[in-house]
Amino acid sequence: MKDDLAKLIDRIDAARLSRRGFMGTAAAFGAVAMSGTPALAQEVKKGGILKMGLGGGESTNSLDPGLAASQVPFHLCRIMGEPLVDVAADGTLEMRIAEAVESSADAVVWRFTIRQGVKFHNGADLTPADVLATLERHSNKDSSSGAFGIMEGIESMKVDGNVVEVTLKAGNADLPYLMADYHLQIQPASSVATPDDGIGCGAYKIVVNEPGVRHTFEKFADYWDDTRGHYDGVEITVINDATARMAAIQSGQVHIANRVDPKIAKLLSRAPGLTVQNVSGRGHYVFIMHCDTAPFDNADLRNALKLAINREEMVDKILDGYGSVGNDTPINAAYPLFTALEQRKYDPAAAAEAYKKSGHDGSPIILRVAEGAFPGAVDAGALFQQSAAAAGIPLEIKREPNDGYWSEVWNKQPFCASYWGGRPVQDQMFSTAYLSTADWNDTRFKVPAFDDLLLKARAELDPAKRTEMYAELSKMVHDDGGLICPMFNDFIEAVGDGVQGWEKNGVQECMNGLAPHKTWLA
Amino acid sequence: MHPVIKLLAQRIALGLLLLFAASVLIFIGTQILPGDVAQSILGQGATPETLANLRAELGLNDPPLTRYLNWLFAAMQGDLGTALTNGQDIATSMGKRLGNTLFLAFWAAVVAVPTAIILGLIAVRYQGRWPDRVISSITLATVSVPEFLLGYIAIFFLSVQFRVLPSLATVYDGMPFWDKLYTIALPVIVLVLVVLGHMMRMTRAAILNVMQSPYVETAELKGLRKFTIIARHALPNAIAPVVNVVMLNLAYLVVGVVVVEVVFVYPGMGQYLVDHVAKRDVPVVQACGLVFAAVYIGLNLVADVVSILANPRLRHPK
Repeated sequence: MKDDLAKLIDRIDAARLSRRGFMGTAAAFGAVAMSGTPALAQEVKKGGILKMGLGGGESTNSLDPGLAASQVPFHLCRIMGEPLVDVAADGTLEMRIAEAVESSADAVVWRFTIRQGVKFHNGADLTPADVLATLERHSNKDSSSGAFGIMEGIESMKVDGNVVEVTLKAGNADLPYLMADYHLQIQPASSVATPDDGIGCGAYKIVVNEPGVRHTFEKFADYWDDTRGHYDGVEITVINDATARMAAIQSGQVHIANRVDPKIAKLLSRAPGLTVQNVSGRGHYVFIMHCDTAPFDNADLRNALKLAINREEMVDKILDGYGSVGNDTPINAAYPLFTALEQRKYDPAAAAEAYKKSGHDGSPIILRVAEGAFPGAVDAGALFQQSAAAAGIPLEIKREPNDGYWSEVWNKQPFCASYWGGRPVQDQMFSTAYLSTADWNDTRFKVPAFDDLLLKARAELDPAKRTEMYAELSKMVHDDGGLICPMFNDFIEAVGDGVQGWEKNGVQECMNGLAPHKTWLA
Repeated sequence: MHPVIKLLAQRIALGLLLLFAASVLIFIGTQILPGDVAQSILGQGATPETLANLRAELGLNDPPLTRYLNWLFAAMQGDLGTALTNGQDIATSMGKRLGNTLFLAFWAAVVAVPTAIILGLIAVRYQGRWPDRVISSITLATVSVPEFLLGYIAIFFLSVQFRVLPSLATVYDGMPFWDKLYTIALPVIVLVLVVLGHMMRMTRAAILNVMQSPYVETAELKGLRKFTIIARHALPNAIAPVVNVVMLNLAYLVVGVVVVEVVFVYPGMGQYLVDHVAKRDVPVVQACGLVFAAVYIGLNLVADVVSILANPRLRHPK
């Protein structure tokens, strides 16, 4: 709390927080300080239709939670479905379909007690068999589920009375966090063959499904949790064009618009009738080098490039202050077991020295960028080029087309711009992108000592020891890796004044997708 | 045989031939798109076996000619296949989008075509004087501004500042008719402004051309009113180029408005096509290409036929 207040005051100094934003946030702090409970001054009002204008949807979207990859399908999953557990804003676990979770001492066997009295949208009761069927379906490679990577570590699963028991191939203290993945919405066992039938167990059921256009939902009358799902219905309009999305929220046609461009966030916050909400998340914008490809196999050259980037300038100019400085590790303070490393700073002199030591022949180093890599990537590349030039390092920026960037450039070319959405816990982030054998090891970081320690940390149940191990792992990536992480981006959303009960939750955008469940209309 | 019927038959046959040629081009075009279709469907999770299975399932192992003929015969029977990405029936989902696109194009045309022709007539009537200058410069300005910018300007004033019209033109099934018209008002305004200039200027130029003819002079000497001369004698003789440019603009309204669709979040064909191109959903891209080609060829065919019929030398052979 003290840190938060200090940060708040810093932001007022930096004039980044509007007066209204300060009053709101400060009032929330006051309420917390007095009562010790979350600020819920106003009474929840039921009813009304929540209208969301969301970017990140295509006509190709499906209702199958396993196939969700962009923002709108993510929201479809979150609105219609419910996972076993959820990650709360503060990084703790929240029990949803599971009532309780317990594990064996070595974190190999996990037992999820399934909640009674939960109904599916088709009226059937949710049973442990449904949970098992859902999890098994995502473990099947042919289902092409986005959660397949998470499920790979599972050896076997079985139903034991009211409990679903999961046995892992090796201990993993983070397993419950993995079960909070948004693909893993519990579906009826009868939906295994037709996962896109839209039958979930969440607070709202789907009424109209026009992919890439609009999706409407109505309140599911038999929803088990009275403290959530206050609206009579939810309407999503897919608005991919950023200007059209901002016009829609300004003219009051939607209550919530996602993905506000940081460049206009300040201007937008002056518009009447809405607030701009931002929350720091785990997502980060990166430049990635392949550690096994010349010239980036040279540790001194990697170090020179890391020293030659001006992180503060990037946060100011690319994110317009809506973000925080990165430190060449994918982990930031949003993670539960975080330890701060010494901040690497822009140092042209040290960069020039490291560059000289690397013995690079002086030929331009090609950095590939595209606007689709992350918003502002092309400008960020130009800033990087300038700050590197000051250290005598020649960078050549090669602009690539957005179309095909993720299949032809990312994870193929040795040096390019990219982004990561972050993961709920360290283990998952490191296992996805820094383990030697990971498909998405986009920096080709292959260090056996790192792999060993990562697996050890995974099975360690003592938080203190794990914190230490994760600090060590972070340091390895920071010192030796191919990751240049200049900034962590905030999630920025525009919210109409009528919407009450907004909370800061940076696990994913729009309160981790819970805006339709936890907010209400005044 | 009457030469008109013969000409019509020739034109229609030519149109069909063109459509076949277009279908070949579409097929070749989608085949040479970079990236393997099966690979892009499976993405990261592709294993050699699943790739082989999917290739067999999609019939990618057949020779191109066989695949082309299979696709063509199916398409001729109205079977456009299913989308690879979300398994929806293409004919159904595209039919909805096509309906929306035609709805928008129809109302834009209903406003734009008469307005353009009337403005053209007025401009000729007052040639070189202030009404002509005002009409010409305004329509030239609106046709010169990029359409998305016109859209944003319209949104800024009409939906954000004064809040008279909605900026979101998302129409859906079951929406009452008048609500639908209200919802699409802004995109219709923008499309009208975009196509107005071209049609108006063509009308003006074509009629002015005819105004030099001796029979117009005769009409003037007879003492007819200027507007009667333009509307009764000059316009019918200038109809061929006018119809041509009107049809070109109608075709644009159907196949070329993806930018306007995006700005106003209108669920039309353009956005549908772009989404599926990005995902390499080839059957959908082929189907859209075929529909677009058919619309273009069809409207040009109509223009040809009207110009033939408007020519008295062809209507009344010696």
